[in-house]
Amino acid sequence: MSLSPDAARTSPLARIDRPGQTFLLLLLATAVAVPVLNLAVPPSSPFHVPSWLVPLFGKYLCYALLAVAVDLVWGFCGILSLGHGAFFALGGYAMGMYLMRQIGDRGVYGNAELPDFMVFLNWTELPWFWHGFDSFAFALVMVVLVPGLLALVFGWFAFRSRVTGVYLSIITQAMTFALMLLFYRNDTGFGGNNGLTDFKEILGFGIQADSTRAGLFVASALALGIGYVICRLVVTSRAGRVMMAIRDAESRARFLGYRVEHYKLFAFTLSAVLAGIAGALYVPQVGIINPREFSPASSIEIIIWVAVGGRGTLVGAVLGALLINYGKSYFTTVEPESWLFILGGLFIAVTLFFPRGILGSLAGWWGGWRAGRRAARAPAPAPAPSAVEEPAE
Amino acid sequence: MIAAAVTRREPSSALLYVDDVTVSFDGFRALNGLSFYVDPGEMRAVIGPNGAGKTTMMDVITGKTRPDSGRVLFRDRYDLTAMDEAAIASIGIGRKFQKPTVFPQHSVFENLELALAGRRGVWPTLFARLDGRQRRRIDEVLDTIGLGAERTRPAGTLSHGQKQWLEIGMLLIQDPELLFLDEPVAGMTDAETAQTADLLRGIAGRHSIVVVEHDMEFVRALDVRVTVLHEGSVLAEGSLAHVQQDPRVIEVYLGR
Repeated sequence: MSLSPDAARTSPLARIDRPGQTFLLLLLATAVAVPVLNLAVPPSSPFHVPSWLVPLFGKYLCYALLAVAVDLVWGFCGILSLGHGAFFALGGYAMGMYLMRQIGDRGVYGNAELPDFMVFLNWTELPWFWHGFDSFAFALVMVVLVPGLLALVFGWFAFRSRVTGVYLSIITQAMTFALMLLFYRNDTGFGGNNGLTDFKEILGFGIQADSTRAGLFVASALALGIGYVICRLVVTSRAGRVMMAIRDAESRARFLGYRVEHYKLFAFTLSAVLAGIAGALYVPQVGIINPREFSPASSIEIIIWVAVGGRGTLVGAVLGALLINYGKSYFTTVEPESWLFILGGLFIAVTLFFPRGILGSLAGWWGGWRAGRRAARAPAPAPAPSAVEEPAE
Repeated sequence: MIAAAVTRREPSSALLYVDDVTVSFDGFRALNGLSFYVDPGEMRAVIGPNGAGKTTMMDVITGKTRPDSGRVLFRDRYDLTAMDEAAIASIGIGRKFQKPTVFPQHSVFENLELALAGRRGVWPTLFARLDGRQRRRIDEVLDTIGLGAERTRPAGTLSHGQKQWLEIGMLLIQDPELLFLDEPVAGMTDAETAQTADLLRGIAGRHSIVVVEHDMEFVRALDVRVTVLHEGSVLAEGSLAHVQQDPRVIEVYLGR
């Protein structure tokens, strides 16, 4: 996919294409409409958005940001990460630790210093890595820093050793699996199997309050919008074109003098940070974070969202995440047994029949239709496509 | 004997001076006391049967293979036998491999943009903008390689010949002083071959070019000095008409 012709790459705004503008407008409309329809419209009105839907929509937006992050590395840099759930979960745990500290003495055991699960395990003092998490600012820094540093270190070793393709996918999968096992242990100090939950408030606002949920929803929409714009600006920059060059012909890019591992490391780390932010916004809205977020299956599911929506389009990743998660919410209530079959079937069908995903296929049809119209308007015989002699590549 | 005849000339005026280079692989002498020179702005065709040492010669000059003995002087200043590939590329020696590799999803313009000389780090490229001079430079190269009308087309949809030209353009835009082209017309149609000859004649003069080729029609169309390699050293040198008369050349190569 050629992103844009060489002209008109002047202002940053001009680098957001038509689907991107449409998406941002819709996102803005949603960010305004959902809180208003929930808070200002009385429940008797047919336009009222019930309170239980707000965090559900907010959760979808977090997933969409996660999908955008994965699309940045997979769709544009060719790194098929099967471990992005780990970065999401780490961001989520960082936020969860802050929320746990906010509970204070309102826990079951009434211990002002220790979260319930530590009291239950007969711990007497807070582990060193829990210090600082009573501060929201500190937690926010950790939300960015922990996934970012893990990606930086992991990526540095992987890309420097020129691990690519399936091997890279496997080690990312191993990374998230190892973290899952680690977080399942009670001794690790993150609540083990149960994870972190029973949150009371965030920044002093009740976590169950409608206004708090509306605020978190708006924050998620904002994060998704900003995350999208950052990724879009990156992929339309020359660095983005280098990333795509690496995706398509890695050794050629290296031969032109580009340090391939630096570009991969940049994309991977930026992506991990975005995933961490998505996780941090997810946790207060769903009210729990536990080691299941590290499971390899969760990470693979993200790949399916991106593939279904359209790899390498960013907006497609959002679309895929929203559609599939809405489908998941719908089918798991209507026919819980069927969901995994539907998901698997969808993935197979998209791979076979729409390899470019929903948005990629739509863009293809749209482009073909416009080209057809242009040809109809200008009946002069176009120069014969010189693709007669295709190379035997 | 022939090598002696070649080196008699004052070598300091030459751009590239290959001096008595020998390379052995497991006792097989791929290059055997090879000596020749290339003048600034000259285009040279190198021909020779399979195994004559054409590829090994390019490997030695571009730093891929280290010779057992001999020197390769560039601009009378650099001994290429002591430098690696990246360093050799950076002092202005470009090489086009046989199989064209362009970035298929990028437009022709973007392919040239990525090849354009400039800083290669993540931060500089994140904020890089093409200035007017760079745009003109890309347009100029697009003109030279005859792909001006295809500038927005994804390179993957180009014909084989066009891909070869684009790759030549990607080398040209880095302004190499010396360009090595390995069988640039392999797999091209006759029309494309003729156009490629025009293209190369057009850029010779500003760049020195060494073309390694099998296609005799193409070499005839280039109308340049020809060096015939055989068993790792120079067998004959001169115009194509001249070397075709040479009984030894007929014996080892053209006569077959």
